Amino acid sequence: MKNLLTILFLFVTGNVFANKIVVGKDKAISTLRQGINKAQDGDTILLNKGIYKEGTLVIDKAVYLIGIDHPVLDGENKNEILTLTGKNIVIRGIHFANAGYSAMNDYAALKIIDATNILIENNSIVNTSFGIHLANTINSVVRNNTIKGNNKSEHSSGNGIHLWKCSNMQIENNLIEGHRDGIYFEFVTQSSIQKNLSENNIRYGLHFMFSHDNSYLANTFRNNGAGVAVMYTKNVRMENNVFEKNWGPSAYGILLKDISNSYIKNNKFIQNTVAIHMEGSSRIEIEQNIFKENGWAIKVQASCDDNKFFQNNFFGNSFDVATNGSLVLNKFYKNYWDKYEGYDRNRDGVGDVPYHPVSMYSMIVEQNPNSLILLRSFMVSLLDKAEKAIPSLASENLTDDKPMIKPNKL
Amino acid sequence: MLKLSKYVLYDIVRSKVILAYTAFLFLVSFSLFNMEENSSKAILSLLNIILIVVPLISMIFTTIHYYNSYEFIELMLSQPMSRRKILLSEYAGVGLSLLSSFLIGVGVPVLFFSPDSIGFSLLFTGCSLTLVFTSLAFLTSVMARDKARGIGFALLLWFYFALIYDGLILLILFNFSDYPLEKITLVLSALNPIDLGRISIMLKMDVSALMGYTGALYKDFFGSGAGTLFTAGIMLLWIVIPLWLALRVFKRKDL
Repeated sequence: MKNLLTILFLFVTGNVFANKIVVGKDKAISTLRQGINKAQDGDTILLNKGIYKEGTLVIDKAVYLIGIDHPVLDGENKNEILTLTGKNIVIRGIHFANAGYSAMNDYAALKIIDATNILIENNSIVNTSFGIHLANTINSVVRNNTIKGNNKSEHSSGNGIHLWKCSNMQIENNLIEGHRDGIYFEFVTQSSIQKNLSENNIRYGLHFMFSHDNSYLANTFRNNGAGVAVMYTKNVRMENNVFEKNWGPSAYGILLKDISNSYIKNNKFIQNTVAIHMEGSSRIEIEQNIFKENGWAIKVQASCDDNKFFQNNFFGNSFDVATNGSLVLNKFYKNYWDKYEGYDRNRDGVGDVPYHPVSMYSMIVEQNPNSLILLRSFMVSLLDKAEKAIPSLASENLTDDKPMIKPNKL
Repeated sequence: MLKLSKYVLYDIVRSKVILAYTAFLFLVSFSLFNMEENSSKAILSLLNIILIVVPLISMIFTTIHYYNSYEFIELMLSQPMSRRKILLSEYAGVGLSLLSSFLIGVGVPVLFFSPDSIGFSLLFTGCSLTLVFTSLAFLTSVMARDKARGIGFALLLWFYFALIYDGLILLILFNFSDYPLEKITLVLSALNPIDLGRISIMLKMDVSALMGYTGALYKDFFGSGAGTLFTAGIMLLWIVIPLWLALRVFKRKDL
């Protein structure tokens, strides 16, 4: 919010001395290139409706480029369309189409390099390899954009919103689909990612590495090739997100690899093959989430420690928790498990018998994936029952000592 | 033949066992749907009933019925009727009564509370298992002369299909885990009607888990149109072949 105010303030003060440059097919200035050349710092360029095929344009001064009735900047499948560098630039209401693809360069519809205070809003970007590519940029906002890729193979496609070495960024209300990764971050810090919808991407809906202190709020990641994968990061806050229908052999609602000191709260995980897969992660608090109809709700590898899972609700998952070793350094408490069969004599809402979320069968499947064919068979339920009576094989330390009798109110 | 089936049906209904069975199924399914707040959990419990109880009751009931109406069958044999017709009408009577009590007992609550694809595949599985185990029971009772042995054999067969077979599969999967077993498991699962029925329900219920590494193969196979046909076809074979064998044995049997 603070960044936004600064940006707005700068715009307002800038506007006082600003000129308006009108660009249009039937106007005195008919190409955007001329318009940009003419503009001084603080000027506004009004781009009228039309199709502009002008190769790669570069804006390196503080101008506001505003599209009227969605003018189209066409890259003719061979160019990068617009490059921004510098300070205080606004791009609004423009339709970018057909940026080029190159194996050497990351051509994007809109590339922002070495910039500060940039506002990209209400644009639409269609058929490009990279959508919006920001590098070494701070204090900028990307919001209300629609980015639709052309959904080719993984190597020939780029990321929808790609940030590299940025900080204090806001990514809000964007719709991203059909790219390689919907949102990709590397070395991005102190940023907030809100209310985006990232779906039908070839690889990940959201993918970040080495991006500390960011918060992800109320985003939806749906039906992406491999779900969401986040790695090598600390201090992540993820709240009110929805992870949905990420199906496939290696698709995860969210894959946490080497994530630490983070919060995952109030999210919904619905119908993913694996809702949360964790490895090498520590000190994560996973609370008040809903896990519904996933294949595996949580797969926590033995390399994770000090994570807390509490007040989550588990409904109709084929497997609640799976793990790959007997060492358990994580805590589970006050979760609601629909498979819990205990009782509550003192009526305090907490079950008197601990719940073992790792069933024996889930250990068997972990060792021998083919035995998934026996899911729900009498044999398997008998095995699980026997294991409950004589706990020996499944990791007996992984228990929820205070399972809730009724679902937690979320 | 139709007339004979009608008499068999009258006889079965008069014995009240089938009514008790219907009432049991109806009460269980109705209370399951009422007890659980989400119907998917009720379906899960129902699944266990369908995979375990329905085959068991079908088998035991058929066997006992066969031995109890042995004298009636003998009487009929003295009439100018072919043995084939007599056995088939017995089968039609028993199968029809078991099927209708399943459809009333489970079908009505399922259609009422959960009329979706899971519910329908549940009903499909239940109906086919009823018929499959009725014909298996006919085979065993035609083969064994005395009642105790017949019931024992039926129980053993049920035990084999419901439990031992899956144990064997698990054993094979573990012993040969170094080899690619995906295709073999597919074949093996077709050799047990209970497994086949379970998989066809599982495809609807655990679709998320089945999209995982190995599950995807099963999903691709059984989930496709050809897979559905395959399941239905194999189920039909499981109904027809034991019945045909039973007919063969019955025709040549020295009564």
